[in-house]
Amino acid sequence: MTTLNINGKMTSVDAEPDTPLLWVLRGELKLVGTKYGCGKALCGACTVHLDGEAVRSCMLPIAAVQGREVWTIDGVQGAQIDALRQAWTKIDVVQCGYCQSGQLMSACALLKKTARPTDEQIDAAMSGNICRCGTYPRIRAAIHMAAEGAGGSAQGMTVVNK
Amino acid sequence: MADLKRRHVILATAAAMGGLVIGWSAAPQRRRLTTEKPLAVSDGQVALNGWVKVSSDDTVTVMMSQAEMGQGTHTGLAMLLADELDADWERVKIEQSTLDAIYNNQAALIDSLPFQPDDHGIAKRVTRHLLGKLLREVPGLPGTGGSSSLTDQWLPMREAGASARAMLISAAAIRWRVPVADCRAENGHVLHRSGKSSTYGDLAAQAARLPLPKTVTLKTPQQFKLIGRPIRRIDNAAKLNGSAVYAIDVLPPGLLYASIAMCPTLGGKALHVDGTAAQALPGVRKVIALPPVAASSIMSGTTSGGVAVIADTPFQAMRALSKVNIEWDHGAAVGLSSPSIRAELVHALDTQEGKVHFARGDAAAALKSAPKTVQAEYEVPFLAHATMEPMNCTVQFKDGAATVWAPTQAAGFANTAVAKALGIAAAKVEVRVPYLGGGFGRRYLTDFIVQTALLARETAGAPVQLLWPREQDIAHDFYRPTYLARCTAGLGENGKLLAWTSTSAGSSMGAPSFLDSSTDGASNTAYAFANARIAHITVESAVPTGIWRSVAHSQNAFFTESFVDECAAAAGQDPVAFRSQLLSADERHLRVLHRAAELANWQQALQPAPDGAKRARGIAIHRSFGSVVAQVAEVSLTESRQIRVHRVVCVIDCGTPVNPNLIRQQMEGAIVFGLSAALHGEITIDRGQVQQSNFHDYAPLRFNECPAIEVEILASSDPPGGVGEPGTPPIAPAVANALYALNGMRLRRLPLKIT
Repeated sequence: MTTLNINGKMTSVDAEPDTPLLWVLRGELKLVGTKYGCGKALCGACTVHLDGEAVRSCMLPIAAVQGREVWTIDGVQGAQIDALRQAWTKIDVVQCGYCQSGQLMSACALLKKTARPTDEQIDAAMSGNICRCGTYPRIRAAIHMAAEGAGGSAQGMTVVNK
Repeated sequence: MADLKRRHVILATAAAMGGLVIGWSAAPQRRRLTTEKPLAVSDGQVALNGWVKVSSDDTVTVMMSQAEMGQGTHTGLAMLLADELDADWERVKIEQSTLDAIYNNQAALIDSLPFQPDDHGIAKRVTRHLLGKLLREVPGLPGTGGSSSLTDQWLPMREAGASARAMLISAAAIRWRVPVADCRAENGHVLHRSGKSSTYGDLAAQAARLPLPKTVTLKTPQQFKLIGRPIRRIDNAAKLNGSAVYAIDVLPPGLLYASIAMCPTLGGKALHVDGTAAQALPGVRKVIALPPVAASSIMSGTTSGGVAVIADTPFQAMRALSKVNIEWDHGAAVGLSSPSIRAELVHALDTQEGKVHFARGDAAAALKSAPKTVQAEYEVPFLAHATMEPMNCTVQFKDGAATVWAPTQAAGFANTAVAKALGIAAAKVEVRVPYLGGGFGRRYLTDFIVQTALLARETAGAPVQLLWPREQDIAHDFYRPTYLARCTAGLGENGKLLAWTSTSAGSSMGAPSFLDSSTDGASNTAYAFANARIAHITVESAVPTGIWRSVAHSQNAFFTESFVDECAAAAGQDPVAFRSQLLSADERHLRVLHRAAELANWQQALQPAPDGAKRARGIAIHRSFGSVVAQVAEVSLTESRQIRVHRVVCVIDCGTPVNPNLIRQQMEGAIVFGLSAALHGEITIDRGQVQQSNFHDYAPLRFNECPAIEVEILASSDPPGGVGEPGTPPIAPAVANALYALNGMRLRRLPLKIT
């Protein structure tokens, strides 16, 4: 048995220590908001927060997570994720939505560190998250909007200049 | 088209749908309003027809046959019904429909017939009529593809909403003992001119007892309240907190997990499987060899045979799989490689004339006498779909019945394929379609669903979820085929285009021969060629091919729009002006072309990029799936000569824009999807095996590479055209044409690489 701190709760799991965190979340704990995309930390669909950092859970063995704080899309809280969700809704970012758990977790970790990120900082934080539906321009706009307090109204906006 | 061929099309289509149907030509015309079996309802809920249920708590439930894979169809279709119903949009919900014939996608099939898009002649009308009649009788064809959902359900959804509205108004009039004419509907209520009002929920039970109205009156565009507005997506909230359920997320009690390795050589299978070591690992239930599985009941091609491990948890299954000793029977494709496939295409073009898909005038004579000729050869590679959610499926087979949770674009095909695999009646199979994590055509096929059904025979009634590792998803796709095309044009002294010929070679994309769409976007362009010959040679290989966002348009737009640009250059004319001449009889295309040029400031020189690099523009215009799209791409090269796309201007005429917000999303997404292919995408084959395996060597466009995208939707009152696919075809040629404008480099092969 391994004890993990997930979404603010100490949780015992019966899995081998080399099991990647993603599969403990999805298989053992039935926290299926975190997605499998590539298994090689290439696409970011499995992004979670580990002690506040955005990390890819598909290659992170649970042995490396013990004693550290894990937050997933199913449980993450705070002003940043609230603002991001509002902006995501106002700008209508999602299409298929499969990658968006990871997109939001990466964006949230960025805003926690950098309240007003520049386009270059957004590029750096978000380029590990692949979206095949092509929501990138709206994600950029939504991160800027969330950083500004999600106050604006941008329904249907599309002009996103770098 | 000759009468004989037309009849052949109809009958062959009918046969492909699974054996019809006695006396179909005599069957009565029925509107697509009521289902064969009444809709299932919950407590306090009634059905007003086959498309809508109303609950006593005022919830309006729209029956949804179409899969939501990102394109926004759940939102767009529900808007059609809700608008005509005058429903309260906040109370509208979606429920997956059954496989009744009223939900069959007529538009997708009719659009796949070999007619010119602007052919409104008697042959096409008769065929459409007969096919439409036929499709009302065959259940199980609710496909989501061909950008056709809105086109297909534009009338049925609206008629269903209007019919239900009329019944609710009648119910109120009866209750209040007032004339119907004194009542009206608004935002989920029926109102009487006295000020009396009732909610739909309050009236629904009474309305459901009334007969269906014999006729319904649809709103005029001026009366629309939802249609035409940028309504936000109804699937937003669930997709922002992890609660949206994809097929990979279903959790039926007792769920087991399976992972799979297929023969790395395409078409091969497992010859000998030793699962002893795997079976000894914790949680492992079974090691099972799977045979090669067909693409679907109507598409050709097979998925290689393989080996699956079933275990208690997903990771136990994956880990154990690597411990299975497998001896593969690599099959016939071991000698196959990308160069050998290319050589076959070259040989075909060298030795065959090809089947003519379009001819006008005398192209050969016009070429011969033309003072100037232009020739070019273009090439596109195999492409994988790489949906973010890899192929997966969950099946429970218990007591002779199967429940299937499938990320499928074709629930009807999934139903019959599972029934066949398990040897049970189709009525014993229930297919549930959760959200799809992308589709792009891959999920029209049922191979991964049949594999899962075969595994479900082995679990004594427990549900089992098969998840393809990404490496399997990339290496065992049904690929957008590689095509080679040779184009020749004749130009007059004045630069006028006198003749145009093109011959392409490549696979049929898995389609049956009567639905040959290999020259879509080449043989039916809007360009008015005086003399033309457009032909194709079907060359199959062991690489399974299929339909990929925009199907043949993805390659043919690259050929056509690159070559027309080359012709403009050879004629010494501006690319927009040259195209305008060829489109002078087509106001719709001209409007789109000129607006795109105007928005992109076509006439003005571009400023250099921020790092000082020279920038240039290229344009392309293409019609597909009933919509016309023009795009202008602005490009430059980095210091290390990498291609950068700074900005894309996109103009679309898609008929009535039902939801401008969704249309913009689809244009943005289609451009990014097309740029992934234009700049990076390539599947190559060596010794019968796909050489790419994951996102490091099959790289979609990433965030930092994404251009700014500006979309304009032209006003129109025509019926809606498709929007899911038409944004993809023009982007690759627009970028290629921009690179030519930048420094005279004409790149004729995708992905575009500066050598």
